[in-house]
Amino acid sequence: MEVRVANVRKEFERFPALHDVSLDIKSGELIALLGPSGSGKTTLLRLIAGLERPTRGNIFFGDEDASHKSIQERNVGFVFQHYALFRHMTVADNIGFGLKVRHGSSRPPAQEIRRRASELLDLVQLSGLEKRYPAQLSGGQRQRVALARAMAIEPKVLLLDEPFGALDAQVRRELRRWLREIHDATGHTTVFVTHDQEEALELADRVVVMSQGRIEQVGTADDIYDAPNSPFVYGFIGESSSLPVKVENGEIWLADRPIGLAAPPNEPSGEATLYFRPHHVELLDGCSGCIAGTVAASRRVAGTRRVELEIGGERQRVEIELPVDHPAAQKSRVAFRPGRWKLFPPA
Amino acid sequence: MPDPEIKSYEPHHGSRSAAVTESRPARVALMAVAFAFLGIFLVLPLIIVFNEAFAKGIDAYTEALGNPDTRSAIRLTLLVAAISVPLNIVFGISAAWAIAKFEFKGKAFLTTLIDLPFSVSPVISGLVYVLLFGAQGLLGSWLKAHGIVILFAVPGIVLATVFVTFPFVARELIPLMQEQGNGDEEAALSLGANGWQTFWYVTLPNVKWGLLYGVLLCNARAMGEFGAVSVVSGHIRGLTNTMPLHVEILYNEYNAVGAFAVASLLAGLALVTLVLKTLLEMRYGAEIAATRGH
Repeated sequence: MEVRVANVRKEFERFPALHDVSLDIKSGELIALLGPSGSGKTTLLRLIAGLERPTRGNIFFGDEDASHKSIQERNVGFVFQHYALFRHMTVADNIGFGLKVRHGSSRPPAQEIRRRASELLDLVQLSGLEKRYPAQLSGGQRQRVALARAMAIEPKVLLLDEPFGALDAQVRRELRRWLREIHDATGHTTVFVTHDQEEALELADRVVVMSQGRIEQVGTADDIYDAPNSPFVYGFIGESSSLPVKVENGEIWLADRPIGLAAPPNEPSGEATLYFRPHHVELLDGCSGCIAGTVAASRRVAGTRRVELEIGGERQRVEIELPVDHPAAQKSRVAFRPGRWKLFPPA
Repeated sequence: MPDPEIKSYEPHHGSRSAAVTESRPARVALMAVAFAFLGIFLVLPLIIVFNEAFAKGIDAYTEALGNPDTRSAIRLTLLVAAISVPLNIVFGISAAWAIAKFEFKGKAFLTTLIDLPFSVSPVISGLVYVLLFGAQGLLGSWLKAHGIVILFAVPGIVLATVFVTFPFVARELIPLMQEQGNGDEEAALSLGANGWQTFWYVTLPNVKWGLLYGVLLCNARAMGEFGAVSVVSGHIRGLTNTMPLHVEILYNEYNAVGAFAVASLLAGLALVTLVLKTLLEMRYGAEIAATRGH
């Protein structure tokens, strides 16, 4: 099922939580809504589910305007951060709940409901736990049951609100891989909310980066990581360094020296901020047209060495990453030029 | 950078350190005061009630309880409880649901209002009904014209009892429902359940022990209420006397055995309530809003 969010605005008691958000989700896609807390990502998910109503704008399921449908009518599977399993019901009863509350002829017989529950338990790899109560399960198991329960109603769209947020790192990684497998096997259109960029980039087909009630960028992990389109995305996803620069005569200047980078054709002259990734740098020997700095600190971070440089008279600090055994790491002065970079208006 | 070898020394939480405990004589003295107090003000009166009730033997006791007026008082008390407790359950669940699950104007006001019967003297609540429904009252002439009798009759007693007891269930459920939040209900709705199914299959089971606890306290109060009921009942023997009122009448007539026999039933109710309450607290303490004691 395709989902289209068109110019949606949501206010809570006059405070805007989402400003004019539009998003197209393709059928069968696995989408991550990524952002810091307060960015509106959970609000967007709840709007798609029908747990909230938009102040303005529409939400389409396929060609149908679902904006004014209730959550029951939308037929979505929703997985909550804290599972929201019914504590007084067994695992099998939890999973069967959505079928049991159906009316008339659409309700399967009790035996069929039990069979469906067992089938779904097999799918989430919890076979044989039908008679357990939620309190007797671990966090990871509970989240699996919650997912099985959401899938039992054969939803058009699967929505997950920080599904792994309450689990510890090890279980999280495991469930991440597992969710991807389930998605590939069942083909549900799936949207999940997370504030963990690693989770979003690793798991999703496309990532929606949100900040302050707006969508900053939508793209694949490669798009988002290699070509961030705003200072926010640069700062929020991965590591980034920035320097205040000047654009003059089509060239980029740091203080009074050109750094050997040509400004993009349409870039207006004047102040700007240069953003780049610490590992997207080209080390240079001499320095005619480069950024040069004194090594202020050098740290070993996993497979690389992260060097903090003090640049020029204005004592700007930037970080770059070097291979661990690179000779430049031993020197007191390092010269480099960013390989991939982008200019934004001055901060 | 802090040295990882240096461990910080934090006091152990959970176990009591020597600094906060008292010396042995002090502890003994404190406990003695507490037990002496309980003994004089609670246990002793209870013993006296049963002692007086059986002072003239078991036959006198059963005879006193067999008295027609006494039986009628017992019946009326059971009737009042049978009406006011279910009303309370309906009101308590509705009010708790509204306050815990919705945002609306006047919520704080409603919350305060629910506590009103606790803060006002029961006699005043009875008097309010007299002023409302009495012959000279606000609605008195209208009621008389339509032949409806409220005051000095069973309806008035029920109304006064409902008023005095209505905080019990609501106050148990509000903190419990607030703590549980809306998550389970949202999950049920997302799975296709309608409002009624959500309430019946999800909300109610989540609060059942808290509800039972509230009902227990509400019942004890409904059967034991004196002040408010006394004002509106009219004390008509065999008709509008509840057990607590009947105890007073018998006592004033120097019928000690009769008075204490009925009192022993009320005391027995209190003991049963206490035991059930303790059992509920022991077994389901976490599910009952323990923040609020009665």
